[in-house]
Amino acid sequence: MTQAFNMADLSTALPEVVLSLVAMVILMLDFIVPKGRRDWLGYLSVLGVLLTLMVLFPQWGATQSAFSGQYLIDPFALFFKIVFLASAGLIILMSIGYLRNEGADRGEFYALILFATLGMMLMASAVDLLILYIGLETMSICIYVLAGFFKRERRSNEAALKYLLMGGFSSAIILYGMVMLYGLTGATGLKEIASALTADTLSNPALILAMVMLAAGFGFKIAAVPFHMWIPDVYEGAPTPITALLAAASEIAGLAILLRVFLVAIPGLQDRWALLFYVLSLLTMTVGNVVAIAQSNIKRMLAYSSIAHIGYLLIGVVAGRELGISATLLYTVVYALMTLGAFAMVILLCVGEVKGERIDDFTGLAQRSPMAAAAMLILLLSLAGVPPTAGFVGKLYLFGAAIERGYVLLALIAVVNSAISLFYYMKVAVAMYMRDLPPAGLALSPSRPLRVVLFVTVVGTLAIGIYPGPFLDLAKSSIAGLW
Amino acid sequence: MNVLQFPILSLIAYLPLLGAFLILALPKESKGGIRWSALAFTLASFAASLWLPAYFDASTPEMQFVEAFSWIPTIGVTYLFGLDGISLWLVMLTTFLSVIAVICSWESITMRLKEYYIFLLLLETGMLGVFFSLDFFLFYVFWEVMLVPMYFLIGVWGSERRLYSAIKFFLYTLFGSVIMLLGILAVYYYHGAQTGAYTFDVLRLMKVSYPSTPLFTLLGVPFSFQDLVWLSFFMSFAIKVPMFPFHTWLPDAHTDAPTAGSVILAGVLLKMGTYGFIRFNLPMFPEATKHFVPMMMTLSIIAIIYGAMVCMVQPDMKRLIAYSSVSHMGFITLGMFALNAQGIQGSIIQMVNHGLSTGALFLIVGLIYDRRHTRLISELGGLSKQMPVYATLFAIIMLSSMGLPGLNGFIGEFLILVGAFKVNYLWAAFAVSGIVLGAAYMLWLYQRTMFGALENPKNAALQDLSPREMTTLVPIVIMCFWIGLYPSPFLSRMEASVNFILARIHQGQAATAQPPPSPVEGVVPVAQRHPVAALPGEPSR
Repeated sequence: MTQAFNMADLSTALPEVVLSLVAMVILMLDFIVPKGRRDWLGYLSVLGVLLTLMVLFPQWGATQSAFSGQYLIDPFALFFKIVFLASAGLIILMSIGYLRNEGADRGEFYALILFATLGMMLMASAVDLLILYIGLETMSICIYVLAGFFKRERRSNEAALKYLLMGGFSSAIILYGMVMLYGLTGATGLKEIASALTADTLSNPALILAMVMLAAGFGFKIAAVPFHMWIPDVYEGAPTPITALLAAASEIAGLAILLRVFLVAIPGLQDRWALLFYVLSLLTMTVGNVVAIAQSNIKRMLAYSSIAHIGYLLIGVVAGRELGISATLLYTVVYALMTLGAFAMVILLCVGEVKGERIDDFTGLAQRSPMAAAAMLILLLSLAGVPPTAGFVGKLYLFGAAIERGYVLLALIAVVNSAISLFYYMKVAVAMYMRDLPPAGLALSPSRPLRVVLFVTVVGTLAIGIYPGPFLDLAKSSIAGLW
Repeated sequence: MNVLQFPILSLIAYLPLLGAFLILALPKESKGGIRWSALAFTLASFAASLWLPAYFDASTPEMQFVEAFSWIPTIGVTYLFGLDGISLWLVMLTTFLSVIAVICSWESITMRLKEYYIFLLLLETGMLGVFFSLDFFLFYVFWEVMLVPMYFLIGVWGSERRLYSAIKFFLYTLFGSVIMLLGILAVYYYHGAQTGAYTFDVLRLMKVSYPSTPLFTLLGVPFSFQDLVWLSFFMSFAIKVPMFPFHTWLPDAHTDAPTAGSVILAGVLLKMGTYGFIRFNLPMFPEATKHFVPMMMTLSIIAIIYGAMVCMVQPDMKRLIAYSSVSHMGFITLGMFALNAQGIQGSIIQMVNHGLSTGALFLIVGLIYDRRHTRLISELGGLSKQMPVYATLFAIIMLSSMGLPGLNGFIGEFLILVGAFKVNYLWAAFAVSGIVLGAAYMLWLYQRTMFGALENPKNAALQDLSPREMTTLVPIVIMCFWIGLYPSPFLSRMEASVNFILARIHQGQAATAQPPPSPVEGVVPVAQRHPVAALPGEPSR
């Protein structure tokens, strides 16, 4: 840890450097670009994201550690970084029209999204508890601000405060778990912790406590039941693109560090944490799906549905091993695509006074805009796991991993859950196709960037559903050498 | 393997899909264009399917007209289409009834025409895909894809309680299919662990015998791996058939579906369940099949008698016919699980028969509903004077449904009863009581609607069938006579496949009953993964 600063290390973190530079440039330009023309800042941010992706690609297949072994570039990190950057790009695209509609187009919105993404990228590469925590907080603090971005709106304020309190609380719990790990092993590097854990310390109750603390803390971040209470209010109150960011990026980032910490630092306890996540997974998907049935606000419904999807994702963690973890990775992509698409649809319906948030706002959409209704239908079927969509392939792979390891009961509960979920997803389809009162709403005029988002998510959902081969291979190769 | 050297099965399956895309491109206002293109594409698909019986080789149980491509090599999924004596006539039935469904919707569907025909054509592609697929992944995709258009057909174009019925149908069947998915995965991983080759290819999966040693005993019944997987498939197929006690979605879905929806639902969708039993449960899990014969027989007999008795008290014509399906499908499962040649042949031919006659009965109800906007029997009566052609066709179809000799129903029911009698005469005795009840409710229905005085003044001005309406019913009547009078072209083409299945069941895993070689072996790579079986619960490092 006492090594001198090394310029070569910086080059391994080049994508992160580029992204933070872009974010700072956006912040500065915000003062120069006049109000009303700040769409350009959004497009510039997307360009920045693309630039970062371009800088990222040379790292394909490489494994290299930097900064005294605290920072690691490996296929696993690269996979998640691509997911985060792609999500961030799509979220910025869907924000452009949304902010104009809400009369709140300010450059710091984009800059904060970029900084949050930076935090996620740090999390994906961190192999040291300190870096990991820094990444986590960088992401969280940006999102606290973003959740309360509409400062004159009560719901937005409530969301921000709630998220801040719960987020701070959970960060403290994670930190406490980390402290105990450090106390037991004297190391903060994940690999060092693993090698310092002897058979003797493995049975130490303090280690179990540390494991439970970490699981609880990460549980808050990924919104696993029973740590999910903050989710519905925050999702409902936050600006819709930020809700998408929370659901599709921040939760996946939480999952990435959860995987890394549990698989690399405390593999010796796998029997125990698999049991822990078994219970969490079971509760998460069941509670998420059952409560979602009763929702009439689509953002709240999607909040509970995202909780349920976290439950499915945890199945892969429970199953562990190559098959389970690669299934989890594949499903993160699938989940991000469909969730982003669904939130983009909510934004699409946001015309004038209609907020697009009630399920009733979808009434008669099939007649108002057949294309939009068809897009939403595909996304909903994918969320419910009906073939030939990505949701089906993802679930097949996850449930298969569980069956292969003999977790038949978990798989059974999971499939029953997907049948339940169909019920509330189809409520939206019923509104779109089977109820005949087209509201006297204004014509839908989606902005061009929003069309791009919808196109990418719907086509992506279908592509993974119909030809999943390359995506399966990618998920498989991304966990090579993880542990 | 493919005598035509041409992907005929894909052509048949995707012509309707192509039609759906074409209709998508047509403007909403061009109603004639939409109708005629739907008709053209279903007719083209039917015409293409006429090649199948002509070029079908009846001497072999092997899959014919095979098409195989590697699709997702990572997990061993192949695009594998094939046809044998079991699926041949069901495919013909599907293409045939789809044409009829388009014609019968011609005037009765006036609202949101474009979407309607798109869904109808998508549904046809889904159904054909199910019958052609020989890869579990592909099969499951089509199996589910089929649900979505049917859901919309009921939910958008249905009658009063359409929303309730549509979601009930979707949830029920989806619940069954996800349970089947677990069974598919269990078979997939068991096969992979045994042979090192991970594949969804049904014929390859059939080569392994699945353990039939009891794992645990529940309420005195031992359950083995095979039994559990069998049950998971059973859940899906029994809901689809539907067998008692999973039948409650059926009356609702049928009653509220538009006429074409009911025709397809009764004619083809219900057959998917019995087709699934005979394609997967019987040859793949022979021990478990034998294990569950008493249960299947009991459920079938309950369905036969219970379904028929409920029919007697229905005030609604459509609901009556829906319940009669429960009873008739009971016959089919009864014959199938008699596990002998007559029983199985009878059940396959009866699937076709039921598709024809019940499909026609729904058309008949639809014709009256279009005119009177009611389905209540009490509103009708004495129609034979007003609509003689209609009454004649109704009579023939009714007799076919009752199983009168000379018509198709007799052939199927007779074979099924012979099959059941050979195993246990009591089963046959119970089943025969179902036929008597069937005659009772059908004749009584006919009497109350067609005979007597024309008392209701609303019925006085009813028009007899138009030529278009006759084109929906007459072809079905012709088919009923053909199967009834000269069934051997139908029976001879299924014989080899039926014998193969029987050999699989009765000789267990003996080498004599090896399945025909999978057409893709050596052609398509199979995913190779961890060659040694992983024990559940074993830590990963």
